[in-house]
Amino acid sequence: MIFEHDVVVVGAGLAGLRTAVEVAGYVDVALISKVFPTRSHSGAAQGGIAAALGNEEPDSWEWHMFDTVKGSDFLADQDAAEVLARDAPRAVYELEHMGVPFNRNPKGLIAQRAFGGHTGELGRRSIKRACHAADRTGRVIMDTLYHEAVRKGIKVYPEFHLLELIHKEERVEGLAVYDLALGEVHVFKTRAVVLATGGFGKVYKTTSNCFANTGDGVYLAYNAGVPLQDMEFVQFHPTGIRGLGVLISEAARGEGGVLRNGSGERFMEKYAPTLMDLAPRDMVSRAIAREVREGRGVGGQDYVHLDLTHLGIERLSEKLPEISSFVRIYLGLDPVKDLIPVEPTCHYMMGGIPTDLGGAVLGQSGRIFQGLYAAGECACVSVHGANRLGCNSLLDLVVFGRRTGKRVLKDLPHLEPQSLAEGADESVRMGLDRIKERKKGIRPRALQKQMQEVMSTCCAVYRSETGLTEGLDSVRSLLARLDEVAVENKGRRFNTDLTDCLELEYLLRLAEVILVSAGARKESRGAHFREDFPQRDDLNWLKHSLVQKTDQGPLVSYKPVTITRFQPEARVY
Amino acid sequence: MAEISLRISRFDPDVDRESRFVTYSVQAEPTERVLDCLNRIKWEQDGTLAYRMSCGHGVCGSDAMKINGRCSLACQKLVRDYDGGEIVIEPLPSYRVLKDLVVDLNPFFERVQLIRPFLITSAPAPEKERKQDHEDSEKVREAIRCILCACCTASCPVLTSENERFIGPAPLVWVFRYLFDSRDEEGLKRLEQMDNPDGAWGCKNYFECTRVCPKEIPVTKQINIIKREIQKKLQQKTD
Repeated sequence: MIFEHDVVVVGAGLAGLRTAVEVAGYVDVALISKVFPTRSHSGAAQGGIAAALGNEEPDSWEWHMFDTVKGSDFLADQDAAEVLARDAPRAVYELEHMGVPFNRNPKGLIAQRAFGGHTGELGRRSIKRACHAADRTGRVIMDTLYHEAVRKGIKVYPEFHLLELIHKEERVEGLAVYDLALGEVHVFKTRAVVLATGGFGKVYKTTSNCFANTGDGVYLAYNAGVPLQDMEFVQFHPTGIRGLGVLISEAARGEGGVLRNGSGERFMEKYAPTLMDLAPRDMVSRAIAREVREGRGVGGQDYVHLDLTHLGIERLSEKLPEISSFVRIYLGLDPVKDLIPVEPTCHYMMGGIPTDLGGAVLGQSGRIFQGLYAAGECACVSVHGANRLGCNSLLDLVVFGRRTGKRVLKDLPHLEPQSLAEGADESVRMGLDRIKERKKGIRPRALQKQMQEVMSTCCAVYRSETGLTEGLDSVRSLLARLDEVAVENKGRRFNTDLTDCLELEYLLRLAEVILVSAGARKESRGAHFREDFPQRDDLNWLKHSLVQKTDQGPLVSYKPVTITRFQPEARVY
Repeated sequence: MAEISLRISRFDPDVDRESRFVTYSVQAEPTERVLDCLNRIKWEQDGTLAYRMSCGHGVCGSDAMKINGRCSLACQKLVRDYDGGEIVIEPLPSYRVLKDLVVDLNPFFERVQLIRPFLITSAPAPEKERKQDHEDSEKVREAIRCILCACCTASCPVLTSENERFIGPAPLVWVFRYLFDSRDEEGLKRLEQMDNPDGAWGCKNYFECTRVCPKEIPVTKQINIIKREIQKKLQQKTD
């Protein structure tokens, strides 16, 4: 079928929903999602959303901006970080007005709590800035925004899988999608496409990400010629449930929880004397990895303990009920009296599709890619630089989701509908048929598993030239086997075997970009730690990476960082 | 690792007249999720099996299905919960099966939307947040856990065998969530909308919704509180 809408938003997490809600009523907007909207991964965000409301103690947006920039290891663009921090209180009040059920403090104001890297007076002390609804903040914001979208009558196409960005040079013309329920390819004719497809944590073995996070939008933008920015910066959250990767929110430490090594020592005292367990995620994950390497993991093994036993049952059930239930269900432990085994888990991609402050995608040579926008984790504005702070993600989604909506409204009068060429979807149809026709071959998930092992071994918290080279060789040999992937499912309804093949290609190509970008950056900054180059090197490397797809393979180039208020300084906490 | 046997309901409307069971066996640790078993079957044995899943830890609500006769999330049930015996998996009852364990949940979401699941106020929003007492915010603490997985509504005995027009437990949880949100001004109208045999009074206290809710929401209790509110507020109005 052919569908036609002025604006098509791909992805119905917070960024996509917020964009769609902004433009609804002014233009004809449709929302496409590979899952039903309320299943999107924003819903898994637990701890909170950052805003300098000052409800618990004096705070200011400048302090929030400083923390964001320092947290990013000075790679964030400071004009973007300023927008994020300044707009945060308005964004949170707006969510409250829409009905988000935030926890309240005794004054009846939105309750705020401590979080990693959130400080007062430019790093002097920890500060309470995280607005929250227990530890289900993402889920309740998503439900509120989704029902707002329903109220506004936004057309939703659930279980539509993105196949291709149809474009003529750097001008969007439409989309090709795969309808999971019917097994058909559809085409959307549109004047503007907003990519809000989230991250791609599924390149790693242990991740807090959902199965749907396979980087569809990021890969398809790359494939359409958009260079990807800062892809080497992958956040590993310090406290994933051991083995499973399920997230235990930083809020657990914000509420007073501490990390302990095998000897019961509160080891973060050594690594971050001021903030200790509330140091930024990259530092805490590295500290855990180091404790484990040096034999101080629990029982000499590859994990440490998160200790919440001193918080008491009341605080756990009021502030951290969700993670308490995860610990009970998946570990059979009681956080009231048991220590929780944790290890770093792949959590968030700082890099992605480069955009300007209005969400317009920057194509080759920094030119605007006409009609293409990106918001949320798939985008790289860049507010998070080399390491994102906790609670800045939900904030990024609603602040830049809204800005993207406004920008689309402003641009739309200049974006004439394009005449989509007959058979624009021919190549994707043929690609799907080719996969289905292959009689015998490797199962897609078998290759995916190998890729995840490679990435977790070669390109995780600690990196080195040798590991990255090995990783790249392995990923390229897996890429060479893509043609051998076959599906035994030849049916048309809910053939996720087939979409597994597409996702495998997206993930492998993105894994290659991560490895190339990481191999090129010969310094350590934020989440990118090179054992062979353990220092930050501002003289040579205070710049964003860009990786462009070429016939000769991924090509790396760089662009400057925008620095306005805060000059780079040593990053101690 | 132990060998686990799973009997799974299969149905493809393109080829099958009715559903049939297929038995698979997989190696699994007692601490693994039923979802891990399904994935192992799909990824290693039979790629034609269809089910929904996403977050894998009981937050997104995608993988609701009937496991050994009770509606549950496959990612929240562990192999050891079934004592090593055969695990029987069927799609959620009450909804049309689209393929295998995938059902058409549109009717479910439509009913949730009927109750207007959003904040309704007439006063213009203040510059900052609206104030709300801590105690008031706590009243909806349990109701906001709902992840719209449909376990409760699919297993409601009233809906399956007595009155299919009954709005169902999940939409009533959302009524409760807004009724007791001190910021919402639509309370009376919300009560009026539920004051009929297909609304709150449709509930016959079977408690199945409460038993199956993966987020441990006291669903039946909340429905009974809505009934009491209807009696209190609407009768007061007519007196």
